[in-house]
Amino acid sequence: MSAPADVHAEISRIVREEHGIVVASLARRFGDLDIAEDAVAEALLIAVERWPVDGFPPNPAAWLTTTAGNKAIDRIRRESKRDEKHQAALMITDDTPPEPTGPVEDDRLRLVFTCCHPALSPEARVALTLRLLGGLTVAEIARAFFVPETTMAQRITRAKAKIKAAKIPYRVPDTSDLAGRLGAVLAVVYLVFNEGYLAGSGDEALRVDLSDEAIRLGRVLRQLLPDEGEVAGLLALMLLTDARREARVAGGELVTLDEQDRGSWDRALIAEGHTLVRECLERVASGGTGPGQYQLMAAINAVHTDAPDARDTDWSQVVALYDQLMAVAPTPVVELNRAIAMAELDGPDVGLALVDRLDLDGYHAWHVARADLLRRLGRGSEARAEYDAAIAATENPAERAHLTRRRDQISNA
Amino acid sequence: MTQYLLSVHPDQSVYDLPDEEKQESWDATGVFNEEIQAEGIWVFANGLTRASDATTVDATGSEVVVTDGPFAEAKEHLGGFWIIDVPDLDAALAVAERASKACGEAVEVRPFEGE
Repeated sequence: MSAPADVHAEISRIVREEHGIVVASLARRFGDLDIAEDAVAEALLIAVERWPVDGFPPNPAAWLTTTAGNKAIDRIRRESKRDEKHQAALMITDDTPPEPTGPVEDDRLRLVFTCCHPALSPEARVALTLRLLGGLTVAEIARAFFVPETTMAQRITRAKAKIKAAKIPYRVPDTSDLAGRLGAVLAVVYLVFNEGYLAGSGDEALRVDLSDEAIRLGRVLRQLLPDEGEVAGLLALMLLTDARREARVAGGELVTLDEQDRGSWDRALIAEGHTLVRECLERVASGGTGPGQYQLMAAINAVHTDAPDARDTDWSQVVALYDQLMAVAPTPVVELNRAIAMAELDGPDVGLALVDRLDLDGYHAWHVARADLLRRLGRGSEARAEYDAAIAATENPAERAHLTRRRDQISNA
Repeated sequence: MTQYLLSVHPDQSVYDLPDEEKQESWDATGVFNEEIQAEGIWVFANGLTRASDATTVDATGSEVVVTDGPFAEAKEHLGGFWIIDVPDLDAALAVAERASKACGEAVEVRPFEGE
Protein backbone atom coordinates (compact mmCIF):
# COMPACT_ATOMS: atom_id res chain seq x y z
CA MET A 1 0.00 0.00 0.00
CA SER A 2 1.45 3.30 -1.08
CA ALA A 3 -0.43 6.58 -0.70
CA PRO A 4 -2.70 7.04 2.36
CA ALA A 5 -5.59 7.67 -0.04
CA ASP A 6 -5.24 4.09 -1.30
CA VAL A 7 -5.20 2.76 2.23
CA HIS A 8 -8.41 4.59 3.03
CA ALA A 9 -10.07 3.40 -0.16
CA GLU A 10 -9.04 -0.14 0.75
CA ILE A 11 -10.41 0.29 4.29
CA SER A 12 -13.73 1.56 2.87
CA ARG A 13 -13.90 -1.43 0.59
CA ILE A 14 -13.21 -3.85 3.45
CA VAL A 15 -15.82 -2.12 5.62
CA ARG A 16 -18.48 -2.48 2.91
CA GLU A 17 -17.48 -6.07 2.30
CA GLU A 18 -17.25 -7.22 5.93
CA HIS A 19 -19.66 -4.99 7.87
CA GLY A 20 -22.63 -7.33 7.48
CA ILE A 21 -20.61 -10.39 8.51
CA VAL A 22 -19.16 -8.74 11.61
CA VAL A 23 -22.40 -7.07 12.80
CA ALA A 24 -24.37 -10.27 12.19
CA SER A 25 -22.00 -12.43 14.17
CA LEU A 26 -21.91 -9.97 17.09
CA ALA A 27 -25.70 -9.61 17.05
CA ARG A 28 -26.00 -13.37 17.41
CA ARG A 29 -23.45 -13.50 20.17
CA PHE A 30 -24.78 -10.60 22.24
CA GLY A 31 -28.43 -10.75 21.20
CA ASP A 32 -28.56 -7.00 20.73
CA LEU A 33 -28.25 -5.03 17.49
CA ASP A 34 -27.29 -1.77 19.22
CA ILE A 35 -24.40 -3.34 21.11
CA ALA A 36 -23.27 -5.05 17.90
CA GLU A 37 -23.42 -1.92 15.78
CA ASP A 38 -21.72 0.35 18.31
CA ALA A 39 -18.96 -2.16 18.94
CA VAL A 40 -18.27 -2.50 15.21
CA ALA A 41 -18.15 1.29 14.88
CA GLU A 42 -15.55 1.43 17.67
CA ALA A 43 -13.50 -1.33 16.05
CA LEU A 44 -13.57 0.54 12.74
CA LEU A 45 -12.21 3.68 14.40
CA ILE A 46 -9.29 1.65 15.71
CA ALA A 47 -8.78 0.08 12.27
CA VAL A 48 -8.65 3.47 10.60
CA GLU A 49 -5.93 4.52 13.06
CA ARG A 50 -3.87 1.35 13.07
CA TRP A 51 -4.07 -0.23 9.66
CA PRO A 52 -2.36 2.61 7.77
CA VAL A 53 0.55 2.32 10.24
CA ASP A 54 0.73 -1.41 11.01
CA GLY A 55 -0.55 -2.71 7.69
CA PHE A 56 -3.66 -4.80 7.07
CA PRO A 57 -4.29 -7.85 9.25
CA PRO A 58 -4.25 -11.13 7.33
CA ASN A 59 -7.98 -11.62 7.93
CA PRO A 60 -9.66 -8.21 8.35
CA ALA A 61 -13.10 -9.67 9.13
CA ALA A 62 -11.70 -11.83 11.92
CA TRP A 63 -9.71 -8.88 13.28
CA LEU A 64 -12.82 -6.67 13.26
CA THR A 65 -14.95 -9.40 14.88
CA THR A 66 -12.44 -9.98 17.68
CA THR A 67 -11.81 -6.28 18.30
CA ALA A 68 -15.51 -5.41 18.22
CA GLY A 69 -16.31 -8.39 20.43
CA ASN A 70 -13.84 -7.12 23.05
CA LYS A 71 -15.37 -3.64 22.83
CA ALA A 72 -18.84 -5.09 23.35
CA ILE A 73 -17.69 -7.05 26.42
CA ASP A 74 -16.08 -3.88 27.80
CA ARG A 75 -19.37 -2.06 27.40
CA ILE A 76 -21.44 -4.80 28.97
CA ARG A 77 -18.99 -4.97 31.87
CA ARG A 78 -19.24 -1.20 32.39
CA GLU A 79 -23.00 -1.29 32.28
CA SER A 80 -23.27 -4.36 34.48
CA LYS A 81 -21.67 -2.42 37.31
CA ARG A 82 -24.78 -0.27 37.23
CA ASP A 83 -27.14 -2.97 36.18
CA GLU A 84 -26.97 -6.47 37.56
CA LYS A 85 -29.18 -7.82 34.83
CA HIS A 86 -26.39 -7.50 32.31
CA GLN A 87 -24.34 -9.86 34.38
CA ALA A 88 -26.01 -12.69 32.53
CA ALA A 89 -24.81 -11.37 29.20
CA LEU A 90 -21.23 -11.58 30.44
CA MET A 91 -21.63 -15.32 30.74
CA ILE A 92 -21.61 -15.50 26.98
CA THR A 93 -17.94 -15.74 26.23
CA ASP A 94 -18.27 -17.58 22.97
CA ASP A 95 -15.20 -16.74 20.92
CA THR A 96 -15.77 -19.39 18.29
CA PRO A 97 -16.44 -18.22 14.75
CA PRO A 98 -20.03 -18.62 13.41
CA GLU A 99 -20.83 -22.30 13.24
CA PRO A 100 -20.18 -23.70 9.76
CA THR A 101 -23.41 -25.70 9.55
CA GLY A 102 -24.26 -24.65 6.01
CA PRO A 103 -25.30 -21.48 4.26
CA VAL A 104 -28.75 -21.30 5.88
CA GLU A 105 -27.12 -20.81 9.27
CA ASP A 106 -25.06 -17.84 8.13
CA ASP A 107 -25.52 -14.99 10.60
CA ARG A 108 -26.03 -12.53 7.78
CA LEU A 109 -29.11 -14.42 6.69
CA ARG A 110 -30.64 -14.01 10.15
CA LEU A 111 -29.71 -10.34 10.01
CA VAL A 112 -31.34 -9.73 6.64
CA PHE A 113 -34.58 -11.39 7.75
CA THR A 114 -34.58 -9.24 10.88
CA CYS A 115 -33.89 -6.03 8.91
CA CYS A 116 -36.63 -6.87 6.37
CA HIS A 117 -39.23 -8.05 8.88
CA PRO A 118 -42.78 -7.22 7.73
CA ALA A 119 -43.50 -5.60 11.13
CA LEU A 120 -41.10 -2.78 10.14
CA SER A 121 -42.09 -0.04 7.70
CA PRO A 122 -40.73 -0.48 4.17
CA GLU A 123 -38.56 2.66 4.55
CA ALA A 124 -37.11 1.29 7.77
CA ARG A 125 -36.37 -2.09 6.14
CA VAL A 126 -34.39 -0.39 3.37
CA ALA A 127 -32.49 1.85 5.77
CA LEU A 128 -31.62 -0.95 8.22
CA THR A 129 -30.50 -3.30 5.46
CA LEU A 130 -28.18 -0.71 3.93
CA ARG A 131 -26.84 0.34 7.35
CA LEU A 132 -26.30 -3.04 9.00
CA LEU A 133 -25.77 -5.38 6.08
CA GLY A 134 -24.39 -2.93 3.53
CA GLY A 135 -22.20 -1.02 5.96
CA LEU A 136 -23.29 2.36 4.58
CA THR A 137 -23.17 5.27 6.99
CA VAL A 138 -26.36 7.01 8.08
CA ALA A 139 -25.17 10.11 6.19
CA GLU A 140 -24.71 8.11 2.98
CA ILE A 141 -28.16 6.52 3.23
CA ALA A 142 -29.76 9.90 3.99
CA ARG A 143 -28.13 11.47 0.91
CA ALA A 144 -29.12 8.53 -1.28
CA PHE A 145 -32.78 8.97 -0.37
CA PHE A 146 -32.76 12.78 -0.21
CA VAL A 147 -33.81 13.02 3.41
CA PRO A 148 -32.08 14.97 6.20
CA GLU A 149 -29.51 12.95 8.14
CA THR A 150 -31.41 13.46 11.41
CA THR A 151 -34.56 11.99 9.82
CA MET A 152 -32.67 8.93 8.63
CA ALA A 153 -30.92 8.51 11.98
CA GLN A 154 -34.29 8.66 13.72
CA ARG A 155 -35.80 6.15 11.30
CA ILE A 156 -33.01 3.66 12.03
CA THR A 157 -33.07 4.27 15.79
CA ARG A 158 -36.84 3.80 15.93
CA ALA A 159 -36.65 0.58 13.91
CA LYS A 160 -33.96 -0.83 16.18
CA ALA A 161 -36.02 0.14 19.23
CA LYS A 162 -39.01 -1.73 17.82
CA ILE A 163 -36.91 -4.81 17.06
CA LYS A 164 -35.84 -4.84 20.70
CA ALA A 165 -39.15 -3.94 22.40
CA ALA A 166 -41.42 -6.08 20.21
CA LYS A 167 -38.86 -8.92 20.13
CA ILE A 168 -38.57 -9.27 16.39
CA PRO A 169 -36.64 -12.55 16.28
CA TYR A 170 -33.08 -12.81 14.99
CA ARG A 171 -33.68 -15.96 13.03
CA VAL A 172 -34.19 -17.43 9.59
CA PRO A 173 -37.93 -18.12 9.20
CA ASP A 174 -39.28 -21.69 9.19
CA THR A 175 -39.53 -23.38 5.82
CA SER A 176 -43.28 -22.79 5.80
CA ASP A 177 -42.80 -19.01 6.13
CA LEU A 178 -39.59 -18.71 4.12
CA ALA A 179 -41.11 -18.00 0.71
CA GLY A 180 -43.32 -15.18 1.98
CA ARG A 181 -40.64 -13.61 4.13
CA LEU A 182 -38.05 -13.94 1.38
CA GLY A 183 -40.40 -11.89 -0.81
CA ALA A 184 -40.03 -8.96 1.61
CA VAL A 185 -36.23 -9.26 1.50
CA LEU A 186 -36.10 -9.36 -2.31
CA ALA A 187 -38.48 -6.38 -2.50
CA VAL A 188 -36.05 -4.33 -0.39
CA VAL A 189 -33.10 -5.22 -2.59
CA TYR A 190 -35.02 -4.50 -5.81
CA LEU A 191 -36.25 -1.18 -4.41
CA VAL A 192 -32.66 -0.17 -3.60
CA PHE A 193 -31.62 -1.18 -7.12
CA ASN A 194 -34.37 0.83 -8.80
CA GLU A 195 -33.75 3.81 -6.57
CA GLY A 196 -30.19 3.86 -7.93
CA TYR A 197 -31.09 2.97 -11.50
CA LEU A 198 -33.98 5.35 -12.02
CA ALA A 199 -32.80 8.27 -9.89
CA GLY A 200 -32.65 11.32 -12.04
CA SER A 201 -32.15 14.20 -9.67
CA GLY A 202 -29.83 15.18 -6.88
CA ASP A 203 -26.10 15.51 -6.74
CA GLU A 204 -24.96 12.28 -8.38
CA ALA A 205 -21.36 12.71 -7.27
CA LEU A 206 -22.41 12.66 -3.62
CA ARG A 207 -24.65 9.64 -3.92
CA VAL A 208 -23.61 6.15 -3.06
CA ASP A 209 -24.24 3.92 -6.01
CA LEU A 210 -27.37 2.18 -4.82
CA SER A 211 -27.57 -0.06 -7.89
CA ASP A 212 -24.10 -1.45 -7.21
CA GLU A 213 -25.02 -1.88 -3.55
CA ALA A 214 -28.20 -3.77 -4.48
CA ILE A 215 -26.27 -6.07 -6.81
CA ARG A 216 -23.76 -6.73 -4.05
CA LEU A 217 -26.60 -7.62 -1.65
CA GLY A 218 -28.13 -9.76 -4.38
CA ARG A 219 -24.85 -11.68 -4.71
CA VAL A 220 -24.69 -12.22 -0.94
CA LEU A 221 -28.25 -13.58 -0.93
CA ARG A 222 -27.44 -15.80 -3.88
CA GLN A 223 -24.46 -17.20 -1.99
CA LEU A 224 -26.58 -17.77 1.14
CA LEU A 225 -29.64 -19.23 -0.63
CA PRO A 226 -28.26 -20.90 -3.75
CA ASP A 227 -31.35 -23.06 -4.29
CA GLU A 228 -33.95 -20.29 -4.27
CA GLY A 229 -35.03 -19.55 -7.84
CA GLU A 230 -36.33 -16.07 -7.03
CA VAL A 231 -32.98 -15.08 -5.51
CA ALA A 232 -31.20 -16.11 -8.71
CA GLY A 233 -33.97 -14.43 -10.72
CA LEU A 234 -33.58 -11.11 -8.93
CA LEU A 235 -29.80 -11.13 -9.34
CA ALA A 236 -30.17 -11.94 -13.05
CA LEU A 237 -32.76 -9.19 -13.46
CA MET A 238 -30.47 -6.62 -11.86
CA LEU A 239 -27.42 -7.73 -13.88
CA LEU A 240 -29.29 -7.69 -17.20
CA THR A 241 -30.72 -4.25 -16.43
CA ASP A 242 -27.44 -2.84 -15.18
CA ALA A 243 -25.65 -4.14 -18.29
CA ARG A 244 -27.53 -1.51 -20.31
CA ARG A 245 -26.80 1.36 -17.93
CA GLU A 246 -24.18 3.07 -20.16
CA ALA A 247 -26.35 2.82 -23.27
CA ARG A 248 -29.42 4.15 -21.53
CA VAL A 249 -28.44 7.81 -21.50
CA ALA A 250 -26.59 9.73 -24.25
CA GLY A 251 -25.95 13.46 -24.18
CA GLY A 252 -28.22 13.89 -21.16
CA GLU A 253 -31.09 12.24 -22.97
CA LEU A 254 -32.76 8.91 -22.26
CA VAL A 255 -32.25 6.34 -25.03
CA THR A 256 -35.06 3.80 -25.35
CA LEU A 257 -34.30 0.09 -25.66
CA ASP A 258 -34.92 -0.01 -29.43
CA GLU A 259 -32.49 2.87 -30.07
CA GLN A 260 -29.68 1.84 -27.74
CA ASP A 261 -26.19 1.13 -29.00
CA ARG A 262 -26.14 -2.57 -28.23
CA GLY A 263 -22.38 -2.66 -28.72
CA SER A 264 -21.96 -0.67 -25.50
CA TRP A 265 -23.92 -3.16 -23.39
CA ASP A 266 -21.79 -4.88 -20.76
CA ARG A 267 -21.27 -8.35 -22.24
CA ALA A 268 -19.85 -9.86 -19.04
CA LEU A 269 -22.92 -8.87 -17.00
CA ILE A 270 -25.21 -10.15 -19.75
CA ALA A 271 -23.41 -13.49 -19.89
CA GLU A 272 -23.67 -13.84 -16.10
CA GLY A 273 -27.37 -12.91 -16.19
CA HIS A 274 -28.09 -15.38 -19.00
CA THR A 275 -26.36 -18.17 -17.09
CA LEU A 276 -28.56 -17.49 -14.07
CA VAL A 277 -31.73 -17.40 -16.21
CA ARG A 278 -30.78 -20.73 -17.80
CA GLU A 279 -30.21 -22.19 -14.35
CA CYS A 280 -33.71 -21.00 -13.32
CA LEU A 281 -35.26 -22.55 -16.42
CA GLU A 282 -33.55 -25.86 -15.72
CA ARG A 283 -34.74 -25.83 -12.11
CA VAL A 284 -38.33 -25.22 -13.22
CA ALA A 285 -38.05 -27.85 -16.00
CA SER A 286 -36.76 -30.45 -13.55
CA GLY A 287 -39.94 -30.19 -11.50
CA GLY A 288 -39.20 -27.23 -9.23
CA THR A 289 -41.88 -24.72 -8.35
CA GLY A 290 -43.06 -22.42 -11.14
CA PRO A 291 -41.06 -19.24 -11.75
CA GLY A 292 -41.94 -16.21 -9.63
CA GLN A 293 -41.98 -12.60 -10.74
CA TYR A 294 -38.23 -11.95 -10.59
CA GLN A 295 -37.39 -15.01 -12.66
CA LEU A 296 -39.99 -14.00 -15.25
CA MET A 297 -38.78 -10.40 -15.41
CA ALA A 298 -35.22 -11.69 -15.74
CA ALA A 299 -36.32 -13.99 -18.56
CA ILE A 300 -37.95 -11.05 -20.39
CA ASN A 301 -34.72 -9.10 -20.05
CA ALA A 302 -32.80 -12.14 -21.28
CA VAL A 303 -34.91 -12.17 -24.46
CA HIS A 304 -34.13 -8.47 -25.04
CA THR A 305 -30.42 -8.83 -24.37
CA ASP A 306 -30.30 -11.89 -26.62
CA ALA A 307 -31.27 -9.86 -29.70
CA PRO A 308 -28.30 -8.40 -31.63
CA ASP A 309 -30.68 -5.76 -33.00
CA ALA A 310 -34.04 -4.49 -31.70
CA ARG A 311 -35.64 -5.86 -34.88
CA ASP A 312 -34.47 -9.37 -33.93
CA THR A 313 -36.43 -9.34 -30.66
CA ASP A 314 -38.56 -12.45 -30.17
CA TRP A 315 -41.75 -10.58 -29.28
CA SER A 316 -43.95 -13.67 -29.11
CA GLN A 317 -41.62 -14.99 -26.42
CA VAL A 318 -41.83 -11.66 -24.59
CA VAL A 319 -45.64 -11.70 -24.71
CA ALA A 320 -45.72 -15.31 -23.51
CA LEU A 321 -43.53 -14.35 -20.53
CA TYR A 322 -45.75 -11.36 -19.72
CA ASP A 323 -48.74 -13.72 -19.79
CA GLN A 324 -47.00 -15.86 -17.17
CA LEU A 325 -46.09 -12.75 -15.19
CA MET A 326 -49.76 -11.69 -15.23
CA ALA A 327 -50.61 -15.04 -13.67
CA VAL A 328 -48.24 -14.56 -10.70
CA ALA A 329 -48.23 -10.75 -10.32
CA PRO A 330 -51.30 -9.25 -11.97
CA THR A 331 -50.72 -5.49 -11.80
CA PRO A 332 -51.74 -2.72 -14.21
CA VAL A 333 -48.06 -1.97 -14.84
CA VAL A 334 -47.43 -5.55 -16.01
CA GLU A 335 -50.52 -5.28 -18.21
CA LEU A 336 -49.14 -2.06 -19.69
CA ASN A 337 -45.84 -3.72 -20.55
CA ARG A 338 -47.65 -6.67 -22.05
CA ALA A 339 -49.71 -4.27 -24.20
CA ILE A 340 -46.50 -2.61 -25.46
CA ALA A 341 -45.14 -6.03 -26.45
CA MET A 342 -48.46 -6.89 -28.11
CA ALA A 343 -48.12 -3.71 -30.20
CA GLU A 344 -44.82 -5.04 -31.56
CA LEU A 345 -46.42 -8.38 -32.36
CA ASP A 346 -49.87 -7.39 -33.70
CA GLY A 347 -49.51 -3.70 -34.50
CA PRO A 348 -49.92 -0.35 -32.73
CA ASP A 349 -53.74 -0.33 -33.05
CA VAL A 350 -53.99 -3.58 -31.07
CA GLY A 351 -51.53 -2.22 -28.50
CA LEU A 352 -53.40 1.07 -28.14
CA ALA A 353 -56.74 -0.67 -27.56
CA LEU A 354 -55.12 -2.64 -24.72
CA VAL A 355 -53.38 0.41 -23.26
CA ASP A 356 -56.61 2.44 -23.30
CA ARG A 357 -58.35 -0.15 -21.17
CA LEU A 358 -55.96 0.50 -18.27
CA ASP A 359 -56.74 2.92 -15.48
CA LEU A 360 -53.26 4.45 -15.21
CA ASP A 361 -53.94 8.14 -15.86
CA GLY A 362 -51.09 10.18 -14.33
CA TYR A 363 -48.59 7.30 -14.50
CA HIS A 364 -45.88 8.59 -16.82
CA ALA A 365 -45.10 5.26 -18.53
CA TRP A 366 -48.76 4.92 -19.53
CA HIS A 367 -48.72 8.35 -21.17
CA VAL A 368 -45.41 7.51 -22.90
CA ALA A 369 -46.88 4.25 -24.27
CA ARG A 370 -50.02 6.02 -25.54
CA ALA A 371 -47.99 8.82 -27.09
CA ASP A 372 -45.68 6.42 -28.95
CA LEU A 373 -48.55 4.30 -30.23
CA LEU A 374 -50.55 7.35 -31.37
CA ARG A 375 -47.46 8.65 -33.16
CA ARG A 376 -46.97 5.34 -34.94
CA LEU A 377 -50.64 5.41 -35.97
CA GLY A 378 -50.12 8.85 -37.50
CA ARG A 379 -52.46 10.57 -35.03
CA GLY A 380 -50.12 13.57 -34.64
CA SER A 381 -52.09 16.07 -32.58
CA GLU A 382 -53.27 13.41 -30.12
CA ALA A 383 -49.72 12.10 -29.83
CA ARG A 384 -48.37 15.59 -29.11
CA ALA A 385 -50.92 16.15 -26.33
CA GLU A 386 -50.05 12.75 -24.89
CA TYR A 387 -46.28 13.55 -24.93
CA ASP A 388 -47.12 16.73 -23.02
CA ALA A 389 -48.97 14.66 -20.40
CA ALA A 390 -45.99 12.28 -20.19
CA ILE A 391 -43.50 15.16 -19.77
CA ALA A 392 -45.67 16.66 -17.02
CA ALA A 393 -45.76 13.30 -15.22
CA THR A 394 -41.99 12.77 -14.92
CA GLU A 395 -39.28 14.59 -12.97
CA ASN A 396 -36.41 12.80 -14.64
CA PRO A 397 -34.50 15.33 -16.79
CA ALA A 398 -33.09 12.72 -19.22
CA GLU A 399 -36.54 11.33 -19.82
CA ARG A 400 -38.04 14.79 -20.28
CA ALA A 401 -35.36 15.63 -22.86
CA HIS A 402 -36.13 12.44 -24.78
CA LEU A 403 -39.91 12.99 -24.71
CA THR A 404 -39.59 16.64 -25.73
CA ARG A 405 -37.52 15.67 -28.78
CA ARG A 406 -40.01 12.95 -29.71
CA ARG A 407 -42.89 15.40 -29.42
CA ASP A 408 -41.15 18.05 -31.50
CA GLN A 409 -40.40 15.52 -34.25
CA ILE A 410 -44.06 15.00 -34.96
CA SER A 411 -44.94 16.80 -38.17
CA ASN A 412 -47.95 19.05 -38.22
CA ALA A 413 -49.58 16.98 -40.95
CA MET B 1 -41.22 -14.98 26.99
CA THR B 2 -42.85 -11.66 26.24
CA GLN B 3 -46.40 -10.51 26.90
CA TYR B 4 -48.26 -8.90 24.04
CA LEU B 5 -51.55 -7.05 23.93
CA LEU B 6 -53.73 -8.08 20.99
CA SER B 7 -56.44 -5.48 20.69
CA VAL B 8 -59.41 -4.91 18.39
CA HIS B 9 -60.76 -1.47 17.60
CA PRO B 10 -64.10 -1.97 15.89
CA ASP B 11 -66.31 0.72 14.44
CA GLN B 12 -68.83 1.45 17.19
CA SER B 13 -71.69 0.55 14.86
CA VAL B 14 -70.96 -3.16 15.42
CA TYR B 15 -72.61 -2.78 18.83
CA ASP B 16 -75.89 -2.01 17.05
CA LEU B 17 -75.89 -5.20 14.97
CA PRO B 18 -78.47 -7.80 15.98
CA ASP B 19 -77.05 -10.66 18.04
CA GLU B 20 -77.71 -13.25 15.32
CA GLU B 21 -75.27 -11.44 13.03
CA LYS B 22 -72.55 -11.52 15.67
CA GLN B 23 -73.14 -15.10 16.79
CA GLU B 24 -70.71 -16.61 14.29
CA SER B 25 -67.73 -14.45 15.34
CA TRP B 26 -68.63 -14.94 19.03
CA ASP B 27 -68.56 -18.70 18.54
CA ALA B 28 -65.29 -18.59 16.59
CA THR B 29 -63.73 -16.34 19.23
CA GLY B 30 -64.87 -18.72 21.96
CA VAL B 31 -63.19 -21.63 20.19
CA PHE B 32 -60.03 -19.59 19.67
CA ASN B 33 -59.95 -18.63 23.37
CA GLU B 34 -60.19 -22.28 24.40
CA GLU B 35 -57.40 -23.15 21.98
CA ILE B 36 -54.92 -20.60 23.31
CA GLN B 37 -55.78 -21.54 26.89
CA ALA B 38 -54.93 -25.14 26.03
CA GLU B 39 -51.72 -23.98 24.34
CA GLY B 40 -50.68 -22.20 27.53
CA ILE B 41 -50.21 -18.76 25.99
CA TRP B 42 -53.41 -17.14 27.37
CA VAL B 43 -52.96 -14.53 30.11
CA PHE B 44 -56.29 -12.69 29.96
CA ALA B 45 -58.95 -11.70 27.44
CA ASN B 46 -62.33 -10.07 27.36
CA GLY B 47 -64.59 -7.82 25.32
CA LEU B 48 -65.61 -4.32 26.34
CA THR B 49 -69.05 -2.72 26.26
CA ARG B 50 -69.55 0.23 23.93
CA ALA B 51 -67.27 3.26 24.28
CA SER B 52 -70.16 5.51 25.32
CA ASP B 53 -70.24 3.53 28.59
CA ALA B 54 -66.78 4.88 29.40
CA THR B 55 -65.97 7.52 31.99
CA THR B 56 -62.74 9.49 31.86
CA VAL B 57 -61.06 10.72 35.04
CA ASP B 58 -58.36 13.42 34.86
CA ALA B 59 -56.56 14.14 38.13
CA THR B 60 -53.52 15.77 36.55
CA GLY B 61 -54.71 19.31 37.36
CA SER B 62 -55.65 20.94 40.65
CA GLU B 63 -59.22 19.71 40.30
CA VAL B 64 -60.30 16.19 39.46
CA VAL B 65 -62.35 16.28 36.27
CA VAL B 66 -64.76 13.41 35.61
CA THR B 67 -66.15 13.30 32.05
CA ASP B 68 -68.75 11.08 30.47
CA GLY B 69 -67.36 9.22 27.46
CA PRO B 70 -64.01 7.89 26.19
CA PHE B 71 -60.68 9.72 26.30
CA ALA B 72 -60.54 10.52 22.59
CA GLU B 73 -63.29 11.30 20.11
CA ALA B 74 -63.16 8.63 17.43
CA LYS B 75 -65.30 6.26 15.44
CA GLU B 76 -63.18 3.29 16.44
CA HIS B 77 -62.49 2.45 20.07
CA LEU B 78 -60.90 -0.41 21.93
CA GLY B 79 -63.54 -3.11 21.80
CA GLY B 80 -61.78 -6.06 23.36
CA PHE B 81 -58.36 -7.56 23.86
CA TRP B 82 -56.21 -10.55 24.66
CA ILE B 83 -53.00 -10.63 26.63
CA ILE B 84 -50.79 -13.50 25.55
CA ASP B 85 -47.38 -14.76 26.59
CA VAL B 86 -45.22 -16.03 23.70
CA PRO B 87 -41.49 -16.19 22.83
CA ASP B 88 -41.26 -13.45 20.19
CA LEU B 89 -43.07 -11.23 17.69
CA ASP B 90 -43.34 -13.91 15.02
CA ALA B 91 -45.23 -16.11 17.47
CA ALA B 92 -47.43 -13.17 18.50
CA LEU B 93 -48.21 -12.32 14.87
CA ALA B 94 -49.21 -15.92 14.19
CA VAL B 95 -51.63 -15.84 17.15
CA ALA B 96 -52.96 -12.45 16.01
CA GLU B 97 -53.70 -13.90 12.58
CA ARG B 98 -55.89 -16.57 14.20
CA ALA B 99 -57.51 -13.97 16.50
CA SER B 100 -58.36 -11.73 13.55
CA LYS B 101 -59.90 -14.61 11.60
CA ALA B 102 -61.97 -15.60 14.65
CA CYS B 103 -63.34 -12.20 15.64
CA GLY B 104 -63.59 -10.74 12.13
CA GLU B 105 -61.68 -7.54 12.94
CA ALA B 106 -58.14 -6.28 12.42
CA VAL B 107 -55.96 -6.95 15.47
CA GLU B 108 -53.20 -4.66 16.77
CA VAL B 109 -50.18 -6.33 18.39
CA ARG B 110 -48.20 -4.41 21.00
CA PRO B 111 -45.56 -5.64 23.40
CA PHE B 112 -45.77 -4.88 27.09
CA GLU B 113 -42.70 -3.31 28.63
CA GLY B 114 -40.26 -5.87 29.96
CA GLU B 115 -40.09 -6.56 33.65
